[in-house]
Amino acid sequence: MTLFCPEMAGGLVLLMATKLKRRQFITMAVVAASGGAGSCARSGSPWRFFTTEEATTVTAIVERIIPADQDPGARWAEVTNYIDLQLDGYYKKLRNTYRAGIAAVEQTSRRLYGKGFTALTVDQQTALLSALEKNKAPADIWKQVSAASFFAMIVDHTMQGFYGSPRHGGNRDGMSYKMLGLPYPPVRGRQHYDFPEST
Amino acid sequence: MALPHRNAVVIGAGAGGGIVAKELAEAGISVVLLERGKWYTAFDCRKDDLRNQRNPTLGNAFGPDEERNPRVVVENGKERIVYPSEGSYQNNAACVGGGTTSYGAMAWRYLEKDFRMRSTYGAPEGSTLEDWPISYQDLEPYYEKAEWEIGVSGSDEGNIFRGPRNKHLPMPPQPLNLEAQILQSAAQRLGLHPFYVPMLRNSVPYNGRPACMRCRWCVGFACEVNAKNGTQNTVIPKALATGSCELRTQCMAKEILTDSRGRVRGVAYFDENDRYQEQPADFVIVSCCAIESARLLLNSKSRLFPNGLGNRYDWVGRNLQGHTYTGAYGVFEEVVYDDLGPGSGVAICDFSHGNPGMKGGAMLCNEFIRLPYQFLARIPPKIPKWGKAHKDFMRYAYRRTIAVHGPTQEMPVFDSRVQVDPKVRDYWGIPVARLSGSKHPHTNEVGEYMITKAEAWLKEAGAIYTWKKTAGKGLSAGQHQAGTCRMGNDPRTSVVDRHCRVHDVDNLFVVDSSVHVTNGGFNPVLTIMAIAYMASEYMVKAWKGTRFR
Repeated sequence: MTLFCPEMAGGLVLLMATKLKRRQFITMAVVAASGGAGSCARSGSPWRFFTTEEATTVTAIVERIIPADQDPGARWAEVTNYIDLQLDGYYKKLRNTYRAGIAAVEQTSRRLYGKGFTALTVDQQTALLSALEKNKAPADIWKQVSAASFFAMIVDHTMQGFYGSPRHGGNRDGMSYKMLGLPYPPVRGRQHYDFPEST
Repeated sequence: MALPHRNAVVIGAGAGGGIVAKELAEAGISVVLLERGKWYTAFDCRKDDLRNQRNPTLGNAFGPDEERNPRVVVENGKERIVYPSEGSYQNNAACVGGGTTSYGAMAWRYLEKDFRMRSTYGAPEGSTLEDWPISYQDLEPYYEKAEWEIGVSGSDEGNIFRGPRNKHLPMPPQPLNLEAQILQSAAQRLGLHPFYVPMLRNSVPYNGRPACMRCRWCVGFACEVNAKNGTQNTVIPKALATGSCELRTQCMAKEILTDSRGRVRGVAYFDENDRYQEQPADFVIVSCCAIESARLLLNSKSRLFPNGLGNRYDWVGRNLQGHTYTGAYGVFEEVVYDDLGPGSGVAICDFSHGNPGMKGGAMLCNEFIRLPYQFLARIPPKIPKWGKAHKDFMRYAYRRTIAVHGPTQEMPVFDSRVQVDPKVRDYWGIPVARLSGSKHPHTNEVGEYMITKAEAWLKEAGAIYTWKKTAGKGLSAGQHQAGTCRMGNDPRTSVVDRHCRVHDVDNLFVVDSSVHVTNGGFNPVLTIMAIAYMASEYMVKAWKGTRFR
């Protein structure tokens, strides 16, 4: 059963607003949910595009790209949510690349370490990603997409989700602004500045 | 079906077209102002780090829209289709106000020598470097008009290299932010001549709009408090207030129509509902910026003009140029960032001319505020691109870094050009612009030289480590695009005369950066505006005489 997707939420609100009888409501909600599942990723995933497993892998990758230290990392900043949201919008054209790239990361991990990427130690994850960066991953796994360009892309998207505007689904609470010492919410106006008198 | 006749059609409501529309309308000439984009206002200010004119990571904020407006670029002999949010597209904004809605708003007068580049330096081999047919002195009164009517703050009194000015700027400079103060005193210690960057931005209330509130989202954004001055909040509202000017937005010009005598009779365009329209007029002004103006002229073919309008000698679309920005970054021990926008405030013109072995140079200034995502592209090459070390550097350096850079004046190249593509068409079926060519090697040499000057300035200011901002050798155009309809006295080597009139078509004008013979070592907008005032004055006079008939 699909847990949540935006289209479904809209449908539910609409149904509830029409004040249907309880049984009718339940029937229609089920219909709406099963109809909406196509526009959600795959059944069972709370994400718009990613499967639950893909999202877990992506979260592990982006957390290595911007790891938590004294300040939160990409996981806390909800970079995965940023990427998922864009794959349902402006980056729709990159869907196949992501799907193939994530699968290839997992395959590479199993080939090299005998287990999935999320089960690796931090050092192993870093070593694997460095190999991708240098395009030194098993060539037969990385046929569909290039390891280096996939990694460069996810680095770039991680930076966008971490350092970009919170309105796009990442940079939760403007945390990267806070980390860099920039005031947030982003209003720097008259109260901070002595204005010269009008001439 | 033809629409009711009007005296003039201005195509493009940007820096040039907005001014022409207002000047003509105030003289009682009926004007249709066509603009392919929308009208954004202060209410459309989205402080979005990923979607703005300077950083279209998630799309263009001020047009043109992504799907309907492809171009073709030819790079290293390979051609490909590009879209507005890609760098190779060389986009400028497409909206009412054009680039002036979202620009950084530097308001430079070119220097006297910028109009005499060939006679000052001689053209390097492979360059069409030339003098302008007009001088700084010819343009001076119109610079002043732009400064006062559109609204400029700043002070160039410290700039000993400037051309003479008749009148001071209407608004005082904004006080310098911390990094500009640091750079100002360093420049003085080096014996240079720092001064306040002139800006089309209110430092005090002006023209009925408030002063800048100094936020960090400036260049690339519409101003939230409407303190940034463009044609969209100055001359275009004035033009509309006359009752003689009608603004039609989301109208895409297809071609300029000519009659059997070879005179312009109107403009064919697609309106906001994509319906084909013909607007008859006595004269037409093309103000679509360097790439699109050239495209429109080249697409306006007829029996008498088989190669497009103004293109009898194959000069339309030639000499496409922009600015080669180079400079340096320096990291400091102390925090140098005080979060006072717009950021850029101090400049020097000591290296604009007179550099040994160099033809021209650039103004150097501190950069506008770099938002965090923009800063990522500016970190030193030896810092890892990801991981803890990258995060550590961001955390340490973001507020400790100053950038100094400048727009190197480019050597025009005949084969850096706009053509119309023989195959690819836009949404409306109009052949798209096809861009090809590269920079002149000397442009890159001057750019490299400017890096050394920027680094020296930063080191004197106390930078503990500096790194270079370099430039590629590929085609340059972008938001400072210019040169494609060169102004000149000889019809065989230029497209328009000194009044911006197309040489062999009496009632057709090009008024935008296309006419720039060379593009100065400065942001070009105030020069576009000054030329627009100058050309408008001529058009009004000519109108009162011959009515272009």
